[in-house]
Amino acid sequence: MSVGKSVTRVDAVDKVTGMAKYTADIFPPGTLSAKIVRSTIAHGRVLSIDTSEAEKVPGVVKIVTCFDVPKNYFPTAGHPWSTDPAHQDVADRLMLTDRVRFYGDDVAAVIATDDIAAARAARLCKVEYEEYPFVLDQVEAMQEGAPQLHEAYPNNILAHTSDSWGDWEEAVSEPGLLCLDKWYDTPVVQHCHIENHVCCAYMEGGRVTVISSTQIPHIVRRIVGQALGWPWGKVRIIKPYIGGGFGNKQDALYEPLCAYLTTVVGGRPVKIDMSREETFTCSRVRHAIRYRLVTYFRRDGTFVARSMEEYSKQGAYASHGHSIAAKATSGFAQLYKCKAYKFDAYTVFTNTPVAGAMRAYGMPQVTFAMESHIEDIAVMLGMDPIQLRKKNLMDVGFVDDFAGTVNHYDSHGQCIQKGSGYIGWEEKRRKYRNQTGPVRRGVGMSVFWYNTGVWPISLEVSACRMVLNQDGSIQLMIGETEIGQGADTVFAQMAAETVGIPVEKVHVASTQDTDTTPFGLGAYASRQTYVGGMAIKQTGEMLKSKILRHASKLSGLPENMLDIKEGKIVHKETGQALMNLGELATHVLYSLEESEHIAAESTYQCKSNAYSFGCSFAEVEVDIPMCRVKVLNIVNVHDCGTLINPKLAEAQVHGGMSMALGYALGEQLLFDEKTGRPLNNNFLDYKIPTAIDHPDLGADFVENPEPTSPFGTKALGEPPAVPGAPAIRNAILHATGVAIDNIPMTPHILFERFKEEGLI
Amino acid sequence: MFDFEVLYEARSVSNAIELLCQHPKAKIIAGGSDLLIKIREGKETGLELVSIFTLDELRGVSIKEDGTLCILPLTSFSNVIKSPVIQENFGVLAQALSQAGGPQIRNIATIGGNICNGVTSADSASTLLAWDARLELTGPSGVRLLHIEDFYLGAGKVDLKPAEILTAILIKKESYSGYFGHFIKYSMRRAMDIATIGCSVNVKLSEDKKAISDARIAFGVTGPVPRRAPTAEAAARGKAVSLETVEEFAAAAQADINPRTSWRATREFRTHIAKEMAKWALIESIKLAGGELQ
Repeated sequence: MSVGKSVTRVDAVDKVTGMAKYTADIFPPGTLSAKIVRSTIAHGRVLSIDTSEAEKVPGVVKIVTCFDVPKNYFPTAGHPWSTDPAHQDVADRLMLTDRVRFYGDDVAAVIATDDIAAARAARLCKVEYEEYPFVLDQVEAMQEGAPQLHEAYPNNILAHTSDSWGDWEEAVSEPGLLCLDKWYDTPVVQHCHIENHVCCAYMEGGRVTVISSTQIPHIVRRIVGQALGWPWGKVRIIKPYIGGGFGNKQDALYEPLCAYLTTVVGGRPVKIDMSREETFTCSRVRHAIRYRLVTYFRRDGTFVARSMEEYSKQGAYASHGHSIAAKATSGFAQLYKCKAYKFDAYTVFTNTPVAGAMRAYGMPQVTFAMESHIEDIAVMLGMDPIQLRKKNLMDVGFVDDFAGTVNHYDSHGQCIQKGSGYIGWEEKRRKYRNQTGPVRRGVGMSVFWYNTGVWPISLEVSACRMVLNQDGSIQLMIGETEIGQGADTVFAQMAAETVGIPVEKVHVASTQDTDTTPFGLGAYASRQTYVGGMAIKQTGEMLKSKILRHASKLSGLPENMLDIKEGKIVHKETGQALMNLGELATHVLYSLEESEHIAAESTYQCKSNAYSFGCSFAEVEVDIPMCRVKVLNIVNVHDCGTLINPKLAEAQVHGGMSMALGYALGEQLLFDEKTGRPLNNNFLDYKIPTAIDHPDLGADFVENPEPTSPFGTKALGEPPAVPGAPAIRNAILHATGVAIDNIPMTPHILFERFKEEGLI
Repeated sequence: MFDFEVLYEARSVSNAIELLCQHPKAKIIAGGSDLLIKIREGKETGLELVSIFTLDELRGVSIKEDGTLCILPLTSFSNVIKSPVIQENFGVLAQALSQAGGPQIRNIATIGGNICNGVTSADSASTLLAWDARLELTGPSGVRLLHIEDFYLGAGKVDLKPAEILTAILIKKESYSGYFGHFIKYSMRRAMDIATIGCSVNVKLSEDKKAISDARIAFGVTGPVPRRAPTAEAAARGKAVSLETVEEFAAAAQADINPRTSWRATREFRTHIAKEMAKWALIESIKLAGGELQ
């Protein structure tokens, strides 16, 4: 058995010894450096660009401006293409633009022989602008008279969706109901993967190759084709190891421009290597979303009617657009029961960095709002927050009519039980009840809702190829990508399990090359173990059956009497080893009668989805006069189905919890109100928690096997980042009695709130 | 790759001064932990640099015959922290420097560079001010001594004359003998951060530990340059060791500071936190000095 074991990562040794190759390790010799000239205004139009001084800089090869690039508008979101135009992403980007919509927009690119020459020349490009008024806040952007970003979207509204069920008026007219009507707000944050986005493009045989730090090579290939106006077959994307993505690299970032730049310098290799400052504001960010939540509830805590207004800050271009706000509405609608429900969700353009996919896609935002709101209701009722949740949470057996997803187990109940035990909930809720000193402690919790893949919103498909080597090992090729999460390792485990060989006999081709790698959508949602697992299982079984067919011929035994175990052909009943796989493969390939290169390739289209549930419990200490929060203890408990690799699962949870700590307490991108300029797009001023800001992170699991998954798994990639912030917020509320409704809960916010509440 | 034109490697202090005289536009580079960041950000480009980094004659920590503490300016933060002399008598300085950057920065950054940058948030600044440090500056016309408080002229501006180099940081025996101090860095994170406010306090108690013979306090980031808080010092000097004195000291400290509102923090927030820091830094200093507070 290979599945369920904490086998060592297949890339562990290469990564810790520096052997693993990342994009910057494989720039071809003579690679030119491109530097982007960025707008120094938040909104306006480029009237002219004077490059005369820049061109004099020694080393400059070529300068391309917004007036030179082809006007092929293209979408950037890393979604599968839809053949239905109504479901295609908004095509609103150009490789360089004269109509600038945020501070840092791309107006020109300098290509030079080295980084310094490129940077010097970029600074010397003189850009003349016509300036327009700009708007940074999404709700202000919707108002009449606000500056307009895109002609096709009046009032800057990219999308507005609404829905309801039940009879709202009837439901809220029930006598004796209580109501809570409150606003919650979340910030613009960034993924902060260690490796900035970097790509390098060159030409060969009239085609363009882009080596890129991306999560989605096959999708980027299509987008580069669209941007260049080239047939997609003339584009090749190579994805080596990448230093994290968290959704930022689930977008075409600078691959289209880089591909274009090589075409203007005769196919010489050109790289775009973003700085951290650029990555913060000129790649993608998480949508800041503001919520108004209204709940009508009975005195016994039963929810009767729930509504949500959602205002999502898109930034300057559509990217993933309304998908994020829309996902948040599903979670909000399904997690808690009620008689009547309604929502209005808006995604609104603003003159700020473009928001795209970021780990958990709308759920950290809505979960902060919703789980804070529920805690506030518990306070109003004087009820235990767990009891209130249990009374209202989605029933076991619930079926999502749209997706067909089923809530098979009491995952929330089981996860809450483990989490509350870990943190000492009952005892600490009592112990911390009536504190008076300057330093107080509290415990809080949050649950979450998550979906594994994207079916039926869009296509779910994965293709896989396995090739048997003459030593009995296999090569595994799949379009799903390793982005640091350990995907290659669990793929190897699943392949080993299916074929019947030891894990070390599976060689995962980690690099995706769209010329040779089977099609896959890549690392996004929390889909790869689930959907990729389906493709691996199907392909592995095909390979196994081919092997057994040959084994039958060689052994004279019927196929149904044979199996593969630990890399050997065995007799099913006696368990006797008949031959090892290497002998079989060598014999078959070099057979003078019937030679075969034993390989299997198949596509699996997944038409299901799976709920992934869990919770977070946090204990905090609040120093009221110093306006500081220290997280003393925090645990996440997940039911992500059967664990393929428990150690990797634990690491995945730790990473997500760390992001949640930053989201709760420190991280936010700030902009100058007067100019729209980013203020803190660097690691000094953007406060990611350091190692010593972390308590020990607890990760625990409930393993209810997911019936729709061949290996019993469901989402774990993103959910760990979801419940931490509201759990910490609710713990602060427990400690101090002060409800904080916007994150991050920095000392500045605590200072204001503690003053308002008379604590300091 | 860093964008600078030329780097002259000084072979001695006098050679460094010569090089600076020959290249009046040149900037001095020591550990580079600040200057290289400015170059990387494009704030400085095409510079001429005079490197003093290899001048080992400017490294080390010692006590002179007259008891004066002498820290040579190229001593790295790590080496100041590790120095037995510092550990024994100036624990508060080690405490302050330990909170600067991460291990790599503390290994390369020099204490002299931290001072000569002239930034109010420098982690060494409030402590050196609170200990009454003096600076030895060597230039073409010789050596002069300056009180550290007078060295800071304005944000990012220090009293370094053309071709002048900081050659020693000195603390007289009477400034430290019998004094005990505590430093608090208030920042948004517990490591790898810039100070929202830095506060360093030291006290000397009477023999019976019942009264405060002397108290000194300095803040960073409560103004454009690090500053002592004389009203607070006067409020504690000669007073009984008591929580009441502590409160008076902290309240008085607010009169000495003039923080500004920036996107990093409001004036109101900084003022509130500065008062709390003054209080806790004094309490801890009194405890270190053997005083008891009810």
